[in-house]
Amino acid sequence: MLKELKTVYHQGSQYIRDLRQTEVPGIFKGRPVISSDACDEAALIELCPTDAITSSPLCIDLGKCIFCGACAFHSPNKIKFTKDYHLSVNCRDALIIKAGEDKPLQIEISKVRPEIISMFKGSFKLRQVSAGGDNSAELELNASGNVQFDMGRLGFEFVASPRHADALVITGPITENMAEPLETCLRDAPAPKAIILCGTDAISGGILANSPALNRNFLEKHMVDLYIPGNPPHPLTFINGLLSLLGRDRKK
Amino acid sequence: MKSLQVTNQQTILTESIPVLPYHDFFANVTALAASESVHCVSYFGYYLTDEMHLICCLADDNDGTVHLLSWKCAKQNVSVPSLTEKNPAFYIFEREIHENFGINFVGHPWLKPVRYAWNRADIGKTIANYPFFRIDSEELHEVGVGPIHAGIIEPGHFRFICSGERILHLEIQLGYQHRGIEQLFLTKSKINQRIALAESIAGDTACGHASAFSFLWESLCGYTASDSTILQRSVAMELERIAIHTGDLAAICTDVAYQLGNSVLGRLRTPMVNFFQEWCGNRLAKGFIRPFGSFYALTPELKQRLKSIFEAYEPDYNEIWNRMKTLPSLLSRLEKTGILKHEKVVEIGTVGISARMAGLNRDIRSSHPYGLFNETKHRAILKNHGDVYSRTQLRNEEIIQSIGYLKEWIENDPEIMPFEQSELKPKANSFTISMTEGWRGEICHCAVTDKDGNLLVYKIKDPSMHNWLALALAVRNNEISDFPIINKSFNLSYCGFDL
Repeated sequence: MLKELKTVYHQGSQYIRDLRQTEVPGIFKGRPVISSDACDEAALIELCPTDAITSSPLCIDLGKCIFCGACAFHSPNKIKFTKDYHLSVNCRDALIIKAGEDKPLQIEISKVRPEIISMFKGSFKLRQVSAGGDNSAELELNASGNVQFDMGRLGFEFVASPRHADALVITGPITENMAEPLETCLRDAPAPKAIILCGTDAISGGILANSPALNRNFLEKHMVDLYIPGNPPHPLTFINGLLSLLGRDRKK
Repeated sequence: MKSLQVTNQQTILTESIPVLPYHDFFANVTALAASESVHCVSYFGYYLTDEMHLICCLADDNDGTVHLLSWKCAKQNVSVPSLTEKNPAFYIFEREIHENFGINFVGHPWLKPVRYAWNRADIGKTIANYPFFRIDSEELHEVGVGPIHAGIIEPGHFRFICSGERILHLEIQLGYQHRGIEQLFLTKSKINQRIALAESIAGDTACGHASAFSFLWESLCGYTASDSTILQRSVAMELERIAIHTGDLAAICTDVAYQLGNSVLGRLRTPMVNFFQEWCGNRLAKGFIRPFGSFYALTPELKQRLKSIFEAYEPDYNEIWNRMKTLPSLLSRLEKTGILKHEKVVEIGTVGISARMAGLNRDIRSSHPYGLFNETKHRAILKNHGDVYSRTQLRNEEIIQSIGYLKEWIENDPEIMPFEQSELKPKANSFTISMTEGWRGEICHCAVTDKDGNLLVYKIKDPSMHNWLALALAVRNNEISDFPIINKSFNLSYCGFDL
């Protein structure tokens, strides 16, 4: 018992106090800022592995970007990835970052279904479904509950059954072989239920887009409530996405 | 022996691989693989204009070479004797070839679908109708779990046949994660696309697979990586091993309800993945390893930082590990649970942790060294009991061993070369095999090019390909309530298997 207490003492206090403001260590590839400088747009488009870059004006679609950073190294004066990890939106088009714009990505709260905010504001139970995910987003979702990020204190928790869930968190590009189980899982969750796409793979297919082994019909049938870009999304991006969706990021 | 011997990451002309009549191929492969030190690292086929070419790669751990043998056949209606009858370790490769190309291996006991690939030979077989093994009995019952499991974990279906609480049989059916990655390697031809694909094979082994691809691609293009690149890759791969092993130990604690172990070890993993972020901007090192170099140099400041991370890690890690190994309530759950003996792992041909836990010395770092292991002589750590505790101890000792390597390596100070995208093109009509030792075990990538240097086939083998059967056998005669801890102690990859 004393040994355990000693270990607890050495463990110290690990949790990050303010998950909205804390600074991430080192370099972080967060929200990019594109300057209005002239550059070789064609070269950047050619460089991008996922066709996330389009021209005139130069735009980066964070729903397609896998944050490899190749474009920023090619044209450091044109494209910079900032340390801003607040990347989640509820409108797909808002993920497209245009040249000359430098403003935070935000949830359009008026477009969030009112029942999501009214019912889940204090407690949000999530059922994760990996539909071709490569276990990177899954690792980060697990990390969101560890002693550092500790999202449990905010009322966010992953549950074992869709029947206990308020939302489905989907990772991976949605494979043909997972299309039916995913549909079943959504059906088994009680209404109201939110759908959250976690990671670039889920939002657009990412590097796996256009593979004949995928079946993304699910996304045509159901409305998505939250897009969380990243490859994989950082736990801070994920947790802040949930807070923003529920309108909990506003100052009282 | 009628085989061509090559070394790891060597490029040769495809035509130099002996093409044997099948009976000759069969005799040579079975003779070679009869030794415990020789095992199959890859066996795959691809279409040529009007026939099929099948290449078998057998790694010889004694002399560090890989034997290459091949045979050719028509595109349809082929039926040949099965290697699996002689050597069960071939079971999964023959199943895969059968699923993809329809070749019938006569005498194979288990020619079931592997992953329901989109381009499988028989599209009429669907994942919802997998032919599970059944026993008709009023005494026994079946338990089906998945594809979606209770935690944050990838999908797969486990079908148990139990007598009361005791597991008699487990069949594991995968394929839900199949994304068609091997085909995407052919259709997405930019180097930036291919390396991103390699990092997505198994996102928890981004460094292992990205290094295997990068070494392969450089060899295929006739390029030799600089010392600083070799240092970066070698450091990244061992760091990945430390991070994931630490996380696995945390998860093992969770599965036996030792909360303190889980929270301390979970916390200790964080500085390792955060170091990746400080180094390359991604906690799982995606975007870091690139063929021909890397954007992110290992600067003196980063080396210093890594040293201080280890200084902080070691006392806390030792404290919790020393506690764990003396805690009777923990050990009673780990010891003699999920045993797989030496004879069995040799028979089914496991690799990596799943081999070394039962005294089978399979470790590419020592047998077919790459990167800095060409200079640093690696000695694989072996355990002999083959139970959950052996797999736990192995992780502990490998963490300590890898920290030792990293401390030594970061004293090296190679000149940092600027990273420039190379215009080099892959050689024509060539074959390259590239192996690395990921934290799960041996990763093997093979590429074959056509007359213009375009990829004809890109074959990926994650260690999980060999090891899923080990899990299915290890749970036999255990209580079904011990399945989670046994599963976690193997920690195999779904997406790496499904591709």
